Amino acid sequence: MKISTLFISCEEAKHICDKTQYQEATSWERLKLGIRRSWCRITQAYVKKNNKLTELVEKSDLNCLKKEERHNIKKQFEEELAKHQ
Amino acid sequence: MAKHHINPNNWISSYSDYLFNYTISRVNDRDMAQDLVSETFLAGLKSMANFKGEASERTWLVSILKRKIIDYYRKINSNKGKAEVRMNYNSDTETEGDWMEERVADPFDKTAEDKLENSELGNAIHNCLEKLPKKQAEVFKMKTILGHDTETICNGLDITASNLWVIIHRARTALADCMEKNWF
Repeated sequence: MKISTLFISCEEAKHICDKTQYQEATSWERLKLGIRRSWCRITQAYVKKNNKLTELVEKSDLNCLKKEERHNIKKQFEEELAKHQ
Repeated sequence: MAKHHINPNNWISSYSDYLFNYTISRVNDRDMAQDLVSETFLAGLKSMANFKGEASERTWLVSILKRKIIDYYRKINSNKGKAEVRMNYNSDTETEGDWMEERVADPFDKTAEDKLENSELGNAIHNCLEKLPKKQAEVFKMKTILGHDTETICNGLDITASNLWVIIHRARTALADCMEKNWF
């Protein structure tokens, strides 16, 4: 294994960090992110900010409509709207 | 003071998620929340003539929604009043007298204050989401709030996985910046 494969760019580190928020990064990717994070301040700041955002979203119990739910509301509303226009 | 204008054509795309989040944190029932949001839009449409433009459209719709939520609780409370209240006390003689402790609130249960703070936090995130470009907000909501997997979103929106991650990255960066300014 080439040692250079362990070193990634800042952009790639940010991409892996995003995937980590959704548990979609592999162990290998997380290792590479960890190495980059150990010395790169930009990556450190990005990881911190990104983790904080995930924490806030989880804490907020945020909800939104599913596509079909919004579609049903929209359909009903548009029928009524048509009567007003 | 600047007058706000009313445009019902944008209501669903602009306010449905905000109103739904507002409602579900108060009624805790997904189907009921959808009904209340839908009723709010229809009531808004009927009383458009009463919109004076002193508050934003969203504030005005929330005021209608609040009344709908109060009516909903009035209705279920009047039904509850008709029902018999049953409480099961422990009849074991050894633990007699412990009934009050049994009914002390669970310390690990969410307190009203926690719920209020989380609801405000949810509103703050929604406010930031409204500032994002439509596509970014849509992808972020599908991925982060609804928890759809990458493949489902890519198929649904006809985008590639790398497109999706670029959109997610931009949305997360903008949201984190917005939350930093408005929440901390």
